[in-house]
Amino acid sequence: MKVLVPVKRVIDYNVKARVKADGSGVDLANVKMSMNPFCEIAVEEAVRLKEKGTATEVVIVSIGPAQAQETIRTALAMGGDRGLLIQSDTDLEPLAVAKLLAAVVKEESPNLVLMGKQAIDGDNNAVGQMLAALLDWPQATFASKVEVSASSAKVTREVDGGLQTIEVQLPAIVTADLRLNEPRYASLPNIMKAKKKDLAVKTAADYGVDTAPRLKVVKVAEPPKRAGGIKVESAADLVMKLKNEAGVL
Amino acid sequence: MAVLVIADHDGSAVRDTTNKTVTAALQLSSDVDVLVAGKGVDAAAASAAKIAGVKKVLTADSDALGQGLAEAYEALVVPLAAKYDAILIPSTSQGKNIAPRIAAKLDVAPISDIIEVVDANTFSRPIYAGNAIETVQSSDAKKVITVRPTVFKAAADGGSASIEKIDAGAGSAKSKFVSQEIVKLDRPDLGAAKIVVSGGRAMGSEDEFKAVIIPLADKLGAAVGASRAAVDAGYAPNDYQVGQTGKVVAPDLYVAIGISGAIQHLAGMKDSKVIVAINKDADAPIFQVADYGLVADYKTAVPELMEALSQAGK
Repeated sequence: MKVLVPVKRVIDYNVKARVKADGSGVDLANVKMSMNPFCEIAVEEAVRLKEKGTATEVVIVSIGPAQAQETIRTALAMGGDRGLLIQSDTDLEPLAVAKLLAAVVKEESPNLVLMGKQAIDGDNNAVGQMLAALLDWPQATFASKVEVSASSAKVTREVDGGLQTIEVQLPAIVTADLRLNEPRYASLPNIMKAKKKDLAVKTAADYGVDTAPRLKVVKVAEPPKRAGGIKVESAADLVMKLKNEAGVL
Repeated sequence: MAVLVIADHDGSAVRDTTNKTVTAALQLSSDVDVLVAGKGVDAAAASAAKIAGVKKVLTADSDALGQGLAEAYEALVVPLAAKYDAILIPSTSQGKNIAPRIAAKLDVAPISDIIEVVDANTFSRPIYAGNAIETVQSSDAKKVITVRPTVFKAAADGGSASIEKIDAGAGSAKSKFVSQEIVKLDRPDLGAAKIVVSGGRAMGSEDEFKAVIIPLADKLGAAVGASRAAVDAGYAPNDYQVGQTGKVVAPDLYVAIGISGAIQHLAGMKDSKVIVAINKDADAPIFQVADYGLVADYKTAVPELMEALSQAGK
């Protein structure tokens, strides 16, 4: 069984995003970048499927700048078999990303696409669902448990207020939520090995897909700042203020 | 322009996330219909028909819709979309599950989690977990939008829309429901609670987390949250996590106990109306966003707080 795992290079989740002074976007110059945390979870799940013998090949794909090769190498060091970068110097919208991934799926014919539910930069939470729609494949989003058999996947999903379990026929799209697993750290020998793994580089134009943006970013602004608060002296003082001043008790 | 709101409901009535999405829809147009889909939706449809400003309520009934399967929603909504210029869905887990699938079928860019309708084509939405607000203008003729319910006021009752049953469409044989485990909470749900009490790494153990945070939450009728550090350390389950990689909450009152205020935590709670922080480190970043800060060890401050709340009649 072949598993395809799309990954995205994003601002490291420990770094505070800062808005550019001209309001054109978020400043990514000299900022630490990493693999999107949800993508890491998807890679981990795919590698575990391979270790269990369910998956035979784990292919990592990323769409992004040349530096996204580093992100792919990280995934290869975790246990991916080979990588593909579709190089794009502009940040593509989810619809364009989904169309490119659909083209990759047609070429690679994976049985399962495992990916993060959301990238922590654009916060769209859209590509997995869109890819499923474009391929007419079933989707199992926000997975916290995945059991894969030869022809189907039983997926426990995080839904509001609890969990839902569905069974989807393969091929299918599964998107990973936080509780699915704890991703491993790549060991040094595996990082060295990953450098020799196959990593193909293509461009969006190679796939003949329409990637024109549908949304124009008018501006990017800082969220409204919270007014400075006060320090209270005691718990009793706090309760009094919450009751009389803030009116929330 | 005609707008369709896909309702969030519990089978007996629409949830207030639906009323809030109707508010966003009415900012786009006065021509707003609501779709109530599921299994056995008459009561929920009747409650949707009462929302002021709603013209017509459409109902669709099938097992697959009741199970929330995205493929069934695609089959129902995509043909319906021909009659509408915009489809608005509350940004719940189900809304997020179905909206992009519908958008891709219609070949439009979904606009996720909007917090403001600027004009008929322009919307604001948080990115980078709320550390930036992006305003986007859509060039798509048809729009598929999810609405962050916490920022819109709920449309009040007072309407009397007509109710029309429509064909539920066929589900997909490729996806099937197995089971559902909805946790019966004896306290409010984290995403919808008016008050949230969260504990951080300072708790030191799972037992301490339970002994300190739970009684305080019970006293306040609050939901329980935790910082990622507390979750990572195993003091609290992951579905308690508030932050960039957990839940984003905006209650009336957020009480942070022993939480230092790492970026990823602040991103998940800084839109709360009133923030209280109790931490013994006066320099903890949480105090920069707190309306009321108490510099004290939680070990003494929380019992005192419990006592003060009792005296205040809580």
